[in-house]
Amino acid sequence: MGKVLMKGNEVIGESAIKAGCHYFFGYPITPQSELVAYMAKRLPEVGGLFLQAESEVSAINMVYGAASAGVRVMTSSSSPGFSLKQEGISFLAAANLPAVIVNIARGGPGLGNIQPAQSDYFQVTKGGGHGDYYTPVLAPSTLQEIVDLTQEAFRIADQYRTPVILLGDGVLGQMMEPVEFKETSEEMHLFEKDWATTGTVGDGPPKTITSLDLNDVSLEERNRKLQEKYETIKDQEVRVESYKMDDAIYGIVAYGTVARIVKSAVDRAREAGMKVGLIRPISLWPFPSSYIRKLSEQLQLNKLLTVEMSAGQMVEDVRLSVEGIVPVHFYGRNGGVIPTVDEIYQEILKLKYGVMV
Amino acid sequence: MKEEIIIAGFGGQGVMSMGQILTYAGMKEGKEVSWLPSYGPEQRGGTANVSVVISDKTVGSPIIDSPSTVIVLNNPSFEKFEPLVKAGGKLFINSDLVTKKSERIDIEVIDIKATSIADKVGNPRVAGSVILGAYIEKTGIITRDSLITALIQVLGVGKNHLISVNEAAFDAGKNILLENV
Repeated sequence: MGKVLMKGNEVIGESAIKAGCHYFFGYPITPQSELVAYMAKRLPEVGGLFLQAESEVSAINMVYGAASAGVRVMTSSSSPGFSLKQEGISFLAAANLPAVIVNIARGGPGLGNIQPAQSDYFQVTKGGGHGDYYTPVLAPSTLQEIVDLTQEAFRIADQYRTPVILLGDGVLGQMMEPVEFKETSEEMHLFEKDWATTGTVGDGPPKTITSLDLNDVSLEERNRKLQEKYETIKDQEVRVESYKMDDAIYGIVAYGTVARIVKSAVDRAREAGMKVGLIRPISLWPFPSSYIRKLSEQLQLNKLLTVEMSAGQMVEDVRLSVEGIVPVHFYGRNGGVIPTVDEIYQEILKLKYGVMV
Repeated sequence: MKEEIIIAGFGGQGVMSMGQILTYAGMKEGKEVSWLPSYGPEQRGGTANVSVVISDKTVGSPIIDSPSTVIVLNNPSFEKFEPLVKAGGKLFINSDLVTKKSERIDIEVIDIKATSIADKVGNPRVAGSVILGAYIEKTGIITRDSLITALIQVLGVGKNHLISVNEAAFDAGKNILLENV
């Protein structure tokens, strides 16, 4: 297949379908509505089911139902709508149900606005709903990467029986870029789901899927198993990219849209002779902590700078990663404002020359 | 080569489509491209704009701080984007609709009475294509063939009756530029 020019939201939809997801329950909200519209159009064409629920809460619970039946299923929203899904995500995590949930984040808190933001980082990486759980979070920074990571999201969801979050923002959702879809039928990882509640036909005891467990001892055991699963995910599913870090003495940490802007700023700083590079976490949970720590030690980095479209959320994970061995600076814009290449370049200069007058 | 273009005007003037045509054309020529629309509340009653990057190298930021080219189709867009044009860059103005004049001497200003010219080729609504014709003639970023291929793609089957008038508009834009030189 050749390259096609598509909007990010549509790329997510097509990638999901190519990954074998034929069920989508959603509710429109800017800046992710094109994804809902795309699924409404495309799913009937591939024999799937699209349903626009009456609210985000009911959409996520429809996902719970479809996941229980063992199919690949997805829902999507943007920040305020994503908050409404949190109860359901906690239920999915507790019931060990695989599903992919997309958040094309926008400025908050509250209803905020419809411009791009990264201020849902805490919410998506620290559980977000009630109880002790985590969800793997994948954060693409180009539309081509959306193609790969959407498929990975379904693989991770099925392999570990967990909800997985694909995190983007308004820029990634709205922009167009050429993408190439691979023919996935050969490589597509489909998992045997012997736990799915598809009805017994006299072949054994009935199966149940529930997040309710009134017995404290067995609920603790459930929690222990969940935590064990999270340890395996932390061990196996870390993704990170570095750019021009080989001889760097300053490292910029950024993800998603901001990582692209930082790349441009890094190029400019390199032209000005500064030894600076980019560390781009792709999985936000599990966070590439040991990678950042080791790189900081090996290169004897002088300073790290975290850039986000938030008041400073991922920067906490960066600081926890390096445990004080290297100072971590922060630059952020929020409320839907996107940091410019020039602003970030100025921040890089500050790393070298201190605060500019 | 890296061209960073902002096209701005009122919603309905074809700003998004002009951006798409350039983006498609760039892609067809094997270049790295990105297209980013303004999708904020500013679209309603204010200006709509689109940022297009066409480059030999992978596109970093799709957000443009200092465009190498700006195309403006109304006064509010002129006010917002004229100051942002990079020194040595180009500013294309539909001077039928924009009454303001640029006083910058560090950029090249190209005034085109695009709506009048479009009217002459048969449809005032193809003013955007007049400017695109002038734009590719001036910059040489994209060939005319690629622009036509992209036009057909963007118009789609439903609007293919508009191909010839847009093609005529591209050529009228190119010619007006050559006449003025």
